[in-house]
Amino acid sequence: MATYQLNINGKSQDVDAAPETPLLWVLRDNLDLTGTKFGCGKALCGACTVHLDGNPVRSCSTPVSTVGTKKVTTIEGVSGEGLHPVQQAWMEENVPQCGYCQTGQIMSAIALIAKNPNPSDSDIDSFMSGNICRCGTYERIRKAIKRAATASAK
Amino acid sequence: MKTETYEHKIFKVSRRDFLKTTSVSMSGLLLGIQFSCTDTSKQLTGNPSAVFSPNLFISINGSGDVTLIAHRSEMGTGIRTSLPLIMADELEADWSRVKVEQAVADEKYGDQNTDGSFSVRMFFTPLRKAGATVRLMLEQAAAKEWGVPVSECKAVNHEVVHTSGKAFGFGYLAEKAGALPIPDEKTVTLKDPKDFKYITKQSSIVDLKDIVTGKAKFGYDNKLPNTKFAVIKRNPEAGAGLKAFNMDAAMKVPGVVKVFKLDAPGFPTNFNKPLGGVAVVAENTWAAMKGRDALEVTWEKGINADYNSLAYNADMLKRVKTKGKVRRENGKVDQALAKSKKIIEGEYSVPLISHSPMETPCALAHVHDNICEVWAPVQDPQGVRKSLAGALGMEEKAVTVNVTLLGGAFGRKSKPDFVVEAALISREMGSPVKILWTREDDIQHDFYHFPSAQYIKAGIDDNNKVNAWLHRSTFPPIGGTADAKAAEPSGAELSMGMVDLPYAIDNICCESQDSKAKIRIGWLRSVANIHHAFAVGSMVDEIAHARGVDPVENILDMLGEDRTIDFKTLSPEFWNYNESAEDFPWDVARFRKVIETAKEKSNWGKSLPKGSAQGISVHRSFLTYVACVVEVTVDENNKIKIPKVDYVVDCGVPVNPERIKSQFEGGATFAASLALKSEITVKNGAVEQHNFDDYSVARMTDAPYETAVHIIESGEKPTGVGEPPIPPFIPALCNAIFAATGKRIRQLPIKLA
Repeated sequence: MATYQLNINGKSQDVDAAPETPLLWVLRDNLDLTGTKFGCGKALCGACTVHLDGNPVRSCSTPVSTVGTKKVTTIEGVSGEGLHPVQQAWMEENVPQCGYCQTGQIMSAIALIAKNPNPSDSDIDSFMSGNICRCGTYERIRKAIKRAATASAK
Repeated sequence: MKTETYEHKIFKVSRRDFLKTTSVSMSGLLLGIQFSCTDTSKQLTGNPSAVFSPNLFISINGSGDVTLIAHRSEMGTGIRTSLPLIMADELEADWSRVKVEQAVADEKYGDQNTDGSFSVRMFFTPLRKAGATVRLMLEQAAAKEWGVPVSECKAVNHEVVHTSGKAFGFGYLAEKAGALPIPDEKTVTLKDPKDFKYITKQSSIVDLKDIVTGKAKFGYDNKLPNTKFAVIKRNPEAGAGLKAFNMDAAMKVPGVVKVFKLDAPGFPTNFNKPLGGVAVVAENTWAAMKGRDALEVTWEKGINADYNSLAYNADMLKRVKTKGKVRRENGKVDQALAKSKKIIEGEYSVPLISHSPMETPCALAHVHDNICEVWAPVQDPQGVRKSLAGALGMEEKAVTVNVTLLGGAFGRKSKPDFVVEAALISREMGSPVKILWTREDDIQHDFYHFPSAQYIKAGIDDNNKVNAWLHRSTFPPIGGTADAKAAEPSGAELSMGMVDLPYAIDNICCESQDSKAKIRIGWLRSVANIHHAFAVGSMVDEIAHARGVDPVENILDMLGEDRTIDFKTLSPEFWNYNESAEDFPWDVARFRKVIETAKEKSNWGKSLPKGSAQGISVHRSFLTYVACVVEVTVDENNKIKIPKVDYVVDCGVPVNPERIKSQFEGGATFAASLALKSEITVKNGAVEQHNFDDYSVARMTDAPYETAVHIIESGEKPTGVGEPPIPPFIPALCNAIFAATGKRIRQLPIKLA
């Protein structure tokens, strides 16, 4: 076990964990930040997506020891008061069905729009194809990303 | 008449509970809380601590807050919104002032087993009556206050308004309505559908904001003080036991607190028994997983140690070509086939399929002081309660099942096994325990969709009409998971797309062959309709091409005259999804209408570039009529793309159109996984796939680009939409691929090489 000082959603947090512990389980088990979900444990489905310094990573496959001083942002930290434009677009398009994968989808989408403010269909396809949704909300995810991109451009 | 039974149950209980639940607490007054509203012409609120709960599902407090109970499980269909909406509409409640509360498992709510696409079908009328009864009581309370006839009072948007214009809020009336007797059911009038405010209108799900902000609670998101975390190592062969294990290395993993054996059930396993194995309990999830990796285990071999799915499936395909047990017979198929001018034959094969919801099975359990509390994502809360009581040797009343949101289910979470695991481990630990199935656990130890083989032989006579239809089907019935003797596909399973063939063909014979379960088999979204609709929908298209008739015209022609079909007279075992033929007849006109509408809406026959084509199929399942047109593009590398899907659905009154559309959009993608991606294989009793790398499901690039959902306007009794999108999609896709490439698909998943 070791102690790590992490910057999570703008707050410094000390956690005790074995070095190889995936960030996912530190967030969930140590810090009760349960918005980040377990889906596969192998970086195959995207349900656990968080940002490290703004870049999307699969927290299930990111050992806590590798996080260092990078800023961790989870779904709980993407907006202060109110909603992030991507969350807003998700609501306006009524994207979720069961909702389980949606926080990971939203984290990927936020990262996509930050890098590419006006993504094409193929940009969206290639960026989002790492996020699985078994309910099949892909069409609305695509629409919500376009809506959020338009809203952000204004 | 199932609906009426449940209706009766709700009202019977509500009357009995009336005296208990309507007693109004006076604590508010004792605390000196004043009424906030002093305008006597329009008094909105009343005694703030008064709670008016005239039935199990609805309560209104003195502030006017309405709480509606959602007693069915939310797995993505929107049912936690749609059923309360039905009540709110009849109640004339302002939806923004409604809070939805999830029910615990309790028989008093009637059926809570959320599967079979019947939540809306079963509860539409009872919940309307529940809402309308409370509305009438509020109107009666206002009439009494004003000393006017109740006919002059009308509930409108959270107030009762008098013809003179004066009004009382629901909050003000709550306490007063609570003092009234429950009115006779005969005096309760349901709304005229033209006055619906929420039913058939657009609305978002109640959990939307919690979901997008990460606040929604799923099965693994709850925790109690001193909660331990558990995973289980299970025998790769379903139900088989443990020979020996060495826990030394596992116990050395920091955080691991205990390792112990759980008994295996043998095979068949039954539906509610865990698979047994070795439990590893730790201070956090990761330590439990690492501890499990470090275990040394020797498994026993069970009765299915030689099960190889490829050989098993090949054997089914061989046997299904021979004469089986007749399950429906009209005319003389053999004689007719002998006279046919053209014969078309096809054999169809569908593999084992895993549900793989994004949320794997998981649960939090706390067994203590002779009680058991669980928080779990379950489709069948009462079944879970019974299973827990049985496994723990407790009375059911000592067991509380709290239902969380379900992160997808598709039938998997209708089995209670994983919750029982959590409870057994909690009892052993003497502390709360959270169990997690890893994705590997989920894919390797599921209750799989049955593998199947089918054979269809059709004849076309001298007049270019179909004169004979022989359909044989075999698959291990779901009953085989509980009963070693069960090998015959059940009447209900064959009524999902086989014996309910609606086409007007003089000579029809449907036969089944026995097959024995070698692994846990369970129901997956639309169940036996998946493989039957694939075979029937594909063969109907083959017939169109053999006849030289357009596929849409072919279906319409084969269908014959508009009529209702009484399948009971054709196949005594016919099962109409637990409903009578009087309430839910098999209506050819509705079947025809969805086809004709699909033809129009999809612009059927439109010109498309080479490599692109449309395909159609139509299917009635779970009493809902669905036509599906899929447009496909197949490139030179045999890569399949689905630019457009048109669904036409007749589900009676469309209670929540927005969620009906989402079920169909998602259903197309779920079906695309089945058609294009997913296959479980078994070698020596063990599943060969592990995770989403070798068990593939549809990603954004595989899903249809656009799914248009056209809902037929209807005043018929509402039916479900969770499962019906799946069956016709697969044959429609396969028929489109044939039209685009000339390749006929008879085996899933589709491999174009």
